[in-house]
Amino acid sequence: MMRKLQIDSKYLPLLVTIVLFLGLYAFGVVQYRGFSSPQVFFNLLIDNAFLLITSIGMTFVILSGGIDLSVGAVIAFTTVLSAYMLEELGLSPIIVIPTVLLFGVTLGAVMGSIIHFFKVQPFIVTLAGMFFARGMCFVISTDAITISDPFYRALALYRIPILGKTFISINVVIVLVVLLAALYLAHLTRFGRTVYAIGGNQHSALLMGLPVARTKILVYTLNGFCSALAGVVFSIYMLSGYGLYTNGLELDAIASVVIGGTMLTGGVGYVIGTVFGVLIQGLIQTIIMFQGTLNSWWTKIVVGLLTLLFIGLQSAFASSRRTRMAARKAQPAAKVTPGAAKLASDVSQQG
Amino acid sequence: MTTRASWWERLRHSSLFWPLVALALVMLFNLLFTPNFFRLEIKDGHLFGSLVDVLNRGAPLMLMAIGLTAVIATAGVDLSVGAVAAICAAMATRLVGNVTDVTATPLPLVIMIALGLAILCGIWNGLLVSRANIQPMVATLVLMVAGRGIAQLITDGQIITVYYPPFFYFGAGYLLGLPFTLFIVAAVFLFARLMTRRTAIGLFVESVGTNASSSFYSGINEKNIKLLAYVFCSFCAGIAGIIISSNVKSADANNVGLFMELDAILAVVIGGTLMSGGRFSLAGSVLGALLIQSVTTTIYAFGVPPEVVLVVKSLVVLFVVLLYSEPVKIALDKLAQRKGVRA
Repeated sequence: MMRKLQIDSKYLPLLVTIVLFLGLYAFGVVQYRGFSSPQVFFNLLIDNAFLLITSIGMTFVILSGGIDLSVGAVIAFTTVLSAYMLEELGLSPIIVIPTVLLFGVTLGAVMGSIIHFFKVQPFIVTLAGMFFARGMCFVISTDAITISDPFYRALALYRIPILGKTFISINVVIVLVVLLAALYLAHLTRFGRTVYAIGGNQHSALLMGLPVARTKILVYTLNGFCSALAGVVFSIYMLSGYGLYTNGLELDAIASVVIGGTMLTGGVGYVIGTVFGVLIQGLIQTIIMFQGTLNSWWTKIVVGLLTLLFIGLQSAFASSRRTRMAARKAQPAAKVTPGAAKLASDVSQQG
Repeated sequence: MTTRASWWERLRHSSLFWPLVALALVMLFNLLFTPNFFRLEIKDGHLFGSLVDVLNRGAPLMLMAIGLTAVIATAGVDLSVGAVAAICAAMATRLVGNVTDVTATPLPLVIMIALGLAILCGIWNGLLVSRANIQPMVATLVLMVAGRGIAQLITDGQIITVYYPPFFYFGAGYLLGLPFTLFIVAAVFLFARLMTRRTAIGLFVESVGTNASSSFYSGINEKNIKLLAYVFCSFCAGIAGIIISSNVKSADANNVGLFMELDAILAVVIGGTLMSGGRFSLAGSVLGALLIQSVTTTIYAFGVPPEVVLVVKSLVVLFVVLLYSEPVKIALDKLAQRKGVRA
């Protein structure tokens, strides 16, 4: 019976997220005319494609018990670098896209290595990465650069028709590919299991002989790749590059992951939840747009409160798990006690 | 010989050692490469010069760093300091109003209401962290994002410009030939120092930062200590906000204290307070803030385009953080030991 309860609570945050999404959607459909058009839903995907990609990357980082504050800056830098290389240097997209992706991967790998080998808090290292990427944007160009490259324009304007009049963009296809790859990585590979294990308890993962160093660095590298890819998607979406783009996006990404039911302490959560987290934010934005009279920063406030709510939910789960552990501790199985006590104190320190 | 060695050891292990070295390096660099950096002039009975400028401009950062030290010492972090400064600046300018030479609200009341608002923000953060058990980084993230919205609400989305000279005194006034901001910083610093070193509060804060649950079991009300730290931090940020708005004679909800949370955290970390909580150094944080401000001023004085400042700062952050990291510390200690053996 205990066991069953545990499994339930594991899926509960995800379930809450999905129900919330459906509820919000139903609210929109009932309240506003034209909300039920499938295009409204597809627009959610089109307008939030970059956020989806970067949030998926962020999910892995948070699952491993870390955090990455540099994603918004990396996206902005990718747009500036792409625009600069395409327009000022006249390079072909075939060179530009791999180069900017390589930059994201490199930055991620460097940050991951510093975090792991120097045992520095991820929060500080990625903060430095954020400063660095933002600064580099302005070193390249202080003004916005418009992208007039025909390939990018073609990608931006191409519409893939679905069910007659409705359509999605190329970006959405990229998102779907990334999502499938992420689901595979998280749930069907050793890498994914190791990420969960590290997030659960890094010491145990190390003692179990899991490749902690490699996996931790890979997680940040993967996130660097995702942010750079999100940057490419964003430059296709905006058709320009500017150092002030996506300011504060890291908060949106973290909020999406948290609303998606992933524990900020790591080890618990699902990639698919993050997708719903992003979609809920998009829905709130759309509803406020349909409403028409509300100021746009209400989106920030509502998303902030939702994030709070979900974190509150998480800490409630964490404390219920702590009491369960304490109950187990009281049982004669003394062997598990030190580990459980350590875990409980870890949870209480982090939570 | 032994006394000298132990004196050196003590200094090297003091939390102020690295910030002092870094500050000395920056000053040396300025001595060699920046003309007139150390020149001080007296104009109209006020002291002028780059050094005074560093102190004056660094005042808001020093205040935030002092406040943040308390929070970081409890193993927390407050990302909302910039937003709280913006809220306070917005409230203060709104209350003063934009009529020439007249204030809409008596000045003491303006300060009290604005700082009261800051304390409310601190209570909000503190309650989320101590009572709702939310991770500090995330709990304060909420006010960081929503705070600017609240500031916009107060200013109606406008940049409020004030024309009431007494209000300018906080940010641009002079007392005994020195910028008035310095006296504010000194007062806050002394207050914090007295509260933490002459009462048990400092010990409680360190104890909570080292291990919150064992502090609880030894009878410390860890929740209220945390709450107090966040309230103090927001209070300091509020003063910083008033200084900033008084200095530029206006309040722009989008720009007051923007990116300052990062500088403030950096200042605290440079000052030798660990992000993991526990022992803290107020003087170190002030030194850290001074270091950041002098690096910024130096970069500008050197004619480097402002865009590069961010890149340079990021590299400085990285350097400092690596210096403090465990493996480097161990390596340095080994190095020092080997030298000691040889001597």
